[in-house]
Amino acid sequence: MVLQPASTEIAARTAAVISELKSLEGPLIPILHGVQEEFGYVPQETLPIIAEALNLSRAEVHGVFTFYHDFRHHPAGRHVLKVCQAEACQSMGSDAIAAQIKQKLGIGFHETSKDGDVTLEPIYCLGLCACAPAAMLDGEVIGRLDADKIDEIAEEIHS
Amino acid sequence: MGLIQEIDFGTPASKSEKQVTLTVDGFEVTVPEGTSIMRASMEAGIAIPKLCATDMVDAFGSCRLCLVEIEGRNGTPSSCTTPVMPGMVVHTQTGRLKDIRKGVMELYISDHPLDCLTCAANGDCELQDMAGAVGLRDVRYGYEGDNHVRAKNNGVENFKWMAKDESNPYFTYDPSKCIVCSRCVRACEEVQGTFALTIEGRGFGSRVSPGAHELFLDSECVSCGACVQACPTATLTEKSVIQIGQPEHSVVTTCAYCGVGCSFKAEMRGDELVRMVPWKDGKANRGHSCVKGRFAYGYATHKERILNPMIRENIADPWREVSWEEALEYTAKEFRRIQYQYGRGAVGGITSSRCTNEETFLVQKLIRQGFGNNNVDTCARVCHSPTGYGLGQTYGTSAGTQDFDSVEDTDVALIIGANPASAHPVFASRLKKRLRAGAKLIVIDPRRTEMVKSAHIEAEHHLALKPGTNVAIVTAMAHVIVTEGLFDEKFIRERCDWSEFQDYAEFVSDPQYSPEAAEKLSGVPAETIRGAARLYATGGNAAIYYGLGVTEHSQGSTTVIGIANLAMLTGNIGRRGVGVNPLRGQNNVQGACDMGSFPHELPGYRHISGDAVREIYDSLWGVKLDDEPGLRIPNMLDAAVDGTFKGIYIQGEDILQSDPDTKHVSAGLAAMECVVVQDLFLNETANYAHVFLPGSTFLEKDGTFTNAERRINRVRKVMAPKNGYADWEVTQKLAQAMGLNWNYQHPSEIMDEVAKTTPSFANVSYEFLEKMGSVQWPCNDKAPEGTPIMHIDGFVRGKGKFIRTEYVATDEKTGPRFPLLLTTGRILSQYNVGAQTRRTENVAWHAEDLLEIHPHDAEVRGLRDGDWVRLQSRAGETTLRATITDKVSPGVVYTTFHHPDTQANVITTDFSDWATNCPEYKVTAVQVGASNGPSEWQKEYTEQAQQSRRIAGQLEAAE
Repeated sequence: MVLQPASTEIAARTAAVISELKSLEGPLIPILHGVQEEFGYVPQETLPIIAEALNLSRAEVHGVFTFYHDFRHHPAGRHVLKVCQAEACQSMGSDAIAAQIKQKLGIGFHETSKDGDVTLEPIYCLGLCACAPAAMLDGEVIGRLDADKIDEIAEEIHS
Repeated sequence: MGLIQEIDFGTPASKSEKQVTLTVDGFEVTVPEGTSIMRASMEAGIAIPKLCATDMVDAFGSCRLCLVEIEGRNGTPSSCTTPVMPGMVVHTQTGRLKDIRKGVMELYISDHPLDCLTCAANGDCELQDMAGAVGLRDVRYGYEGDNHVRAKNNGVENFKWMAKDESNPYFTYDPSKCIVCSRCVRACEEVQGTFALTIEGRGFGSRVSPGAHELFLDSECVSCGACVQACPTATLTEKSVIQIGQPEHSVVTTCAYCGVGCSFKAEMRGDELVRMVPWKDGKANRGHSCVKGRFAYGYATHKERILNPMIRENIADPWREVSWEEALEYTAKEFRRIQYQYGRGAVGGITSSRCTNEETFLVQKLIRQGFGNNNVDTCARVCHSPTGYGLGQTYGTSAGTQDFDSVEDTDVALIIGANPASAHPVFASRLKKRLRAGAKLIVIDPRRTEMVKSAHIEAEHHLALKPGTNVAIVTAMAHVIVTEGLFDEKFIRERCDWSEFQDYAEFVSDPQYSPEAAEKLSGVPAETIRGAARLYATGGNAAIYYGLGVTEHSQGSTTVIGIANLAMLTGNIGRRGVGVNPLRGQNNVQGACDMGSFPHELPGYRHISGDAVREIYDSLWGVKLDDEPGLRIPNMLDAAVDGTFKGIYIQGEDILQSDPDTKHVSAGLAAMECVVVQDLFLNETANYAHVFLPGSTFLEKDGTFTNAERRINRVRKVMAPKNGYADWEVTQKLAQAMGLNWNYQHPSEIMDEVAKTTPSFANVSYEFLEKMGSVQWPCNDKAPEGTPIMHIDGFVRGKGKFIRTEYVATDEKTGPRFPLLLTTGRILSQYNVGAQTRRTENVAWHAEDLLEIHPHDAEVRGLRDGDWVRLQSRAGETTLRATITDKVSPGVVYTTFHHPDTQANVITTDFSDWATNCPEYKVTAVQVGASNGPSEWQKEYTEQAQQSRRIAGQLEAAE
């Protein structure tokens, strides 16, 4: 029975997150953030626990959870690279940039590399249109992407 | 006939009294303030195109089809979300609007299958209608792009496509046809209050999801069908429509399940029922329904239904099918023989709470006029007879004080011993809606029911009492109200007997009735009792809703009196939002009681000993009625065992399964010489019957049902009786066979006789019901249009009467041998003894009775979830499977009584209410232990049942 302790452990850690944030007004999204911070993603089995605690239905929590792309269904890689695909960046060639990045890292959008180094995601506007095409690595924004910058990014990821 | 088309106004009606006048397309229209432009326009007869709006749910403004132009305003606001303003000038059809609408429709259709001709919604599809309405001729975007329609795009798997979900037995979910209007999601939230549906994802990826991307059957869905009704396309469709096709005519009738009494349109194709759709003008349900009413009608055509009369001289013999004449002749002869041989009082009958008022009236008339005694009783004996006694004593009438609409003005709801979410689901939805709007809730129940805590519902106080201690709790609440000075002195002085109040106040003020004392008896913390009492007394309009958890106790009548006292103490009676409301179990149990089904009462609750009352019937029926009350059901059975009661006519009730102490019931039945059962199926009681008269369903006859709010609703025939006769005709033929000169041509003539002889029904007639839709008794010259709320200016009996409520513990006590308390109840998908619902697809949700047991109690007995367990009481034992849950407290176990092979009533004892003999189903001391399978009794019973269901000339009887 190896699985048993794991799921009770998830329940306990989720309960701790909930009790810390439950008193907020509109606590569902903060709790989902808290759970993601705790586990690195939002494990499916935490959703009914959250629903029960907030007196919501499973459906409602599922609806909110799936609405926001930033809530993860699976653990991310050690690094997270988000490449902007919104209008301004598209007009500055972000499609081609994304293709190069995908090739370099060997993964597509919403995928994590086999070695667990990196997760690649599209993002729709970083507010960095003046420096398009733009991306964000682990929360740090990078402007004016080109082949050199992509190499640098890859280097950092694999270092 | 034709199909009844209800107008969809798009958004709910506004309740404002202030009127606003505006102009729509050049026509002036005046509507209440707060009305949407869409609704105002529809009032003026102009239908604005729409997809996401429907008047059962609030406006949403997502489909962008209902846009309008308003003079002096910019843009094209959506008419569903824009409220009317005085003097507003609205245009619903301009060049700009036409272009926008066409463009929107093109987008919808570019991601929608074009299989209209073979689609189940063909002829009933709003998307199709709107394509027509906006003049869609061409889709500029084509159909080749990203879509949810095809499983594969050019041979490549389409991840956006989802397979059809057919898991629900009654409807299908086909995501490829969904336009994501959210009507289903909103219906589930706003109308039903379950919140089982959501929109998952966002943008083009948005999809309707039951639960967390689950199958409908595995999700939180309770299958009420509100989503199916709300869906504008074929995305959510009744399987019956898929199978049969669209209906062509419809008839408004009344549901034959619980005491809510929902109005439905029975939508027909020829004489085949296509679907039941709740009727928006139905005043009890306001367009909503539950899984039973909407979907569970399959029993009417179930293969086990018996369609031919049968007789047998001996219950060990197989049944012999005979003609109606022979069966009725035989019955009449037997009853006459028995009366000749054993005396006039040796026969009796039981009226049915599932049959119509008219049928019930005839059965009691047959007994009083034809049998010449008062040996008539009804199943209310085993459910709400204490309500009749308790409310009769305190208020002067035996019925709920409110209509269901009243809940919309309730600030505090107190639920005692009832689980409306399971047993009265449509009322529960209406109550939940009010709770979400801010009303508070107190629940007194040993179990943590859905009303205590479920999505968006949380009771302020849950008094999880030990079964059997209702009186202690209710009296302790009165103690708090009196000693803390929370009572309404003005109301009591005006409306009640002051000296009786003083006596009651003195009685409850004694510290032995304090919450602290009640805590010791009930296990409910004193502070919780105090909190509940304070909230009930001071929280605004407070209404009490109660069920069989109140009545089915040795002190059932006392609790009802205590409840009546609470409402009088706090002045919560005689206006909207308050009152005392028994939630009646069966569709017409209120009506059966009204129609004189009790051995001591003539129709309208008039005691049989009253000379003036008897005189009315004596002269009309040409007989001399017996002035002595007759036998109650338990007395009939006792007398049968003693050998003095030999024949019984049972219409539509299964006493062997539903009444307590099964062994005693079967012994009583076995001792009789002529047991006549009139029913749809060979029920459990029929195992002991000598004559079986096939019954008709509510779809096959005209009549009326009276629901828990005293509302007399019409039942209309939608198909010919498969058994040949409606139940009232069968009773009439039996009466004729016994030599009575009855000659009713239509149930309306029976109702006329009721109206003529019963003051509270004086103005009721079919013609009047046709005009009014429905009416709540009393309906006479004092209340010409009926009485939605009772006791408005004074109690029916004059002054409200306070009666002392002394707590006396039941004799059914736990001890070392039987340490647990068993209590019983119902589940949403099944109804009563299950004779109907077990013969529908509802078994998908509840295929067997389960024993709920707390983890602590399970652990000390070494039981695991799903184990077979033996359930023993002093009366008997049975076996069933256990489910481990903390919904029940330690020391308490719970089960349902829907399945005959469990026979929960083998366990229940013959203790009963002191005033009315209502059995104490809700408290039985039991022991639970591990078991390997069915008990000896269950095996013998099954054997006997199989033997007794044999029909000569047929292979093994079904079931």
